[in-house]
Amino acid sequence: MSTTPTDLDALVAQKYRHGFVTDIESDTLPPGLDEDVIRLVSRKKGEPEFMLDWRLKAFRHWLTMREPDWAHLRIAPIDYQSISYYSAPKKKDGPKSLEEVDPKLLATYEKLGVPLHERARLAGVAVDAVFDSVSVATTFKDRLAKAGVIFCPFSDAVRDHPELIERYLGSVVPHTDNYFAALNSAVFTDGSFVFVPKGVRCPMELSTYFRINAANTGQFERTLVVAEEGSHVSYLEGCTAPMRDENQLHAAVVELVALSDAQIKYSTVQNWYPGDENGVGGIYNFVTKRGECRGANSRISWTQVETGSAITWKYPSCILTGENSVGEFYSVALANHCQQADTGTKMIHIGRNTRSTIVSKGISAGRGQNTYRGLVKILPSAEGARNYTQCDSLLMGDRCGAHTFPYMEIKNPTAVVEHEATTSKIADDQLFYCRSRGISEEDAVNMIVNGFCKAVFKELPMEFAVEAQNLLAVSLEGAVG
Amino acid sequence: MLSIRDLHARIGERKILKGLNLEVGAGEVHAIMGPNGSGKSTLASVLAGREGYEVTNGRVEYLGQDLLAMEPEERARAGVFLAFQYPVEIPGVNNAYLLKAALNAVRRPRGLPELDAFEFLALVREKMKLMQMDESFLNRGVNEGFSGGEKKRNEILQMALLEPRLAVLDETDSGLDIDALRVVAAGVTSLRAPDRAIVLVTHYQRLLDYIEPDFVHVLSDGQILKSGDRTLALELEKRGYDWVRQEAKVA
Repeated sequence: MSTTPTDLDALVAQKYRHGFVTDIESDTLPPGLDEDVIRLVSRKKGEPEFMLDWRLKAFRHWLTMREPDWAHLRIAPIDYQSISYYSAPKKKDGPKSLEEVDPKLLATYEKLGVPLHERARLAGVAVDAVFDSVSVATTFKDRLAKAGVIFCPFSDAVRDHPELIERYLGSVVPHTDNYFAALNSAVFTDGSFVFVPKGVRCPMELSTYFRINAANTGQFERTLVVAEEGSHVSYLEGCTAPMRDENQLHAAVVELVALSDAQIKYSTVQNWYPGDENGVGGIYNFVTKRGECRGANSRISWTQVETGSAITWKYPSCILTGENSVGEFYSVALANHCQQADTGTKMIHIGRNTRSTIVSKGISAGRGQNTYRGLVKILPSAEGARNYTQCDSLLMGDRCGAHTFPYMEIKNPTAVVEHEATTSKIADDQLFYCRSRGISEEDAVNMIVNGFCKAVFKELPMEFAVEAQNLLAVSLEGAVG
Repeated sequence: MLSIRDLHARIGERKILKGLNLEVGAGEVHAIMGPNGSGKSTLASVLAGREGYEVTNGRVEYLGQDLLAMEPEERARAGVFLAFQYPVEIPGVNNAYLLKAALNAVRRPRGLPELDAFEFLALVREKMKLMQMDESFLNRGVNEGFSGGEKKRNEILQMALLEPRLAVLDETDSGLDIDALRVVAAGVTSLRAPDRAIVLVTHYQRLLDYIEPDFVHVLSDGQILKSGDRTLALELEKRGYDWVRQEAKVA
C-alpha cells in the first residue's frame, strides 16, 4: 500500500490505450517554415486575401518573439524548422456525407470510442471530427442549420462566412498575444467554428474530437465560438494522439466571444499521448484559450479534464468586460509518469459586479509535476467584483510534486477575493478502510480520486462525466499498489 | 471459526503481541478487555490486515483458511469485518456509493447477484432504521463531518449491511454518550446469529451491560492472561486489572 519501487513499476507498466497509427496516404508538406509555406497552406485551403495577410502579419511578429520560459516546466528545445506544417488525408473531393468518409478514418474513431453513427444517434451530439488538419465529417449540420447555428470546420467558415471570421478572429487572442498563439495564427490549418445567433439556444451539445496522426506534424487548430445576445451553447472537445517516440507539438488557440446575456460552456477532455514511463515521446501541448464576456450578464464556463500530454501549458481564461458577467474555471489535471503540467486560469475583471469562480484539482503521481498557475486581476473599473478560488492538490507516492502559484492584482477596494488551497496525500488509512470493506485497492484509489474531483466532474455534460471518470481510472491504473 | 495460536506481532521494533491464543466459535460473542497499550487494537488491526504490523510468529486460522496470507479485501469478502475505532473521512465520496460498492464486493464471492440502485436503497433504508440514522447520511461524504457517535453508527450500519461471519469491533463504545451507546449496542445485539461470531474489543465493561458476551478475556502485555464468563468483566470493573497481572505472575 505504501509506495514502494515495485508499486511504481506496476504503475508505469500501464500502456497508453490510443496508441495506434492509421495508415492513410497523407498529403504532407516537407518540414520547415517560412513565408512560402504559409502562402502554400493558405492557397491549399483556398483562403481569401485577408486571411493570408493576417497569417503573414502573425508570422512576422512571431519571428521577433522568444519562447516563454516562466512556466514550471523542463522542455527540450523545439526545432520549429523540423515540423511539417500541413498534413491532410489525400482525397480529391471532400466527403459529402459519412458514407463517403474513408472507412479507415471511421475505424480510427471507433477505436477512440467516437463512433460517429452511434454518437450521433444515441447521444444527439454533433461531432466535427478533425483528423490531423482537415475536418473529415460533420454531423447534424442540418438540424443545427434549422436553428440558425453555424457549426463547421474553420476552413469552411473562412470560405462561407468570411465576414464573421474577419470580425471575430483574433479579437480575443490577438496574433501578437504570445509565442505559441502567434505561431498558431500564422500556420493554423483547421479547427471548428461555432456561431449561435441572437436568442438561440443551441439544440444539442457540440463536440469535436481532435487527433494527431501523421508523424512529425504539429497540429495547430483554431477554434472560434461566438454566442450572440441571449444565446446558449455547450461545446466539448476531446483529444487523443497515437504513440510515438518523438515529441509532437500541439499549439492550439481557442477564442470565445459571449455577447450580452449569452452563455458559453466549453468542456475539454484531453488525453494526448503522455509519453512513456521514462518521459520519451508525448505531446507538447501549448494552448491559448481565452473567452471574453463582452456583453452584460454573459457567462463563460471552462471545464477541463487534462490527463494526457508530456507537457501541458494551458490557461483557459476569461475577460469579464460586461457588467455582471461571470467567468468560471473548473479543472482536473493529472500528471503521472514524467508528465509536467503547468495549468490554471486568468480571470480579468473589467466590468462592474463581475464574478469569477476557480476550482482547480491537481493530481500528481509517479514522477509527475503538477503546477497550478492562476491570475485574478481586478481593474479599477470593476466595482464590486468577486472571486472565489479553490486549489487542491492530491499526491500519490513520494516522487511527484505539486506547486501552486496564485497571483492576485486587486486595483479596486470594493473587490472581495477568496483563495483556499489544500494539499493532501491519499492516506493509507483511507485505502485500508475501503479495502477492509471488500473493495479492491484499485477501485479504492479511483473512488478516492473521483471524490477529490467531484466538484469539477459535476460541471461536465453528463455523458462526458462518465468518460472523464473512466479516463482518470485508466490513467491511474496501479498508481498506488 | 477463528483460531489464533501463539501470535506475535510488532510495529517497527516494538513488540506488541507476545504469544496470544484465542479460540472463537460460531455464534459466540467474545469480549477482549485490557488496559491501554495491552495490544487490543493491534489484535484487531492484525486480524483485518492493516499494513505496518509485522507478524513474527504464530498462526491465525479462519474457517480453515490462513487468514494472515489474505489481502484485506479478500478477508472482507470471506466475511471478516472490522468496525474501526477511528473511522476515516473520505471527502467527496458519497456514503451510499461506498456502501453499495462494499456490499456488491462481498456479495459477488458469495455467489449472490449484485444489487442495483433500487434494491440497494430499499435494503439500506431498512438497516438505517435499525440504527436510527437519518437518510441524509447516504448523501454525505464518507464519515465527512460526522460526529463521533455518527461515525460509530455508520460502522455498525455497514456491519448490518455486509452481514459478516466474523465481526471485530474495535472500541466501538469509545466516545459514545449513553443514548448513542444504547443504539449501537442494540444494533450489534440484533446481529447476533448462530453462524456469526463477534469479538468486542473494549476498555470498559459498560458496553457489556448491553451486549452480553459469552466469554471475557483479559489481554495484558500482548497475552491473554485470564479468560472467564460475564462475571469476569464485572470483577474487572470492581478491582481493575492489576490483580489479574499479579495472579498471572504467581502462576
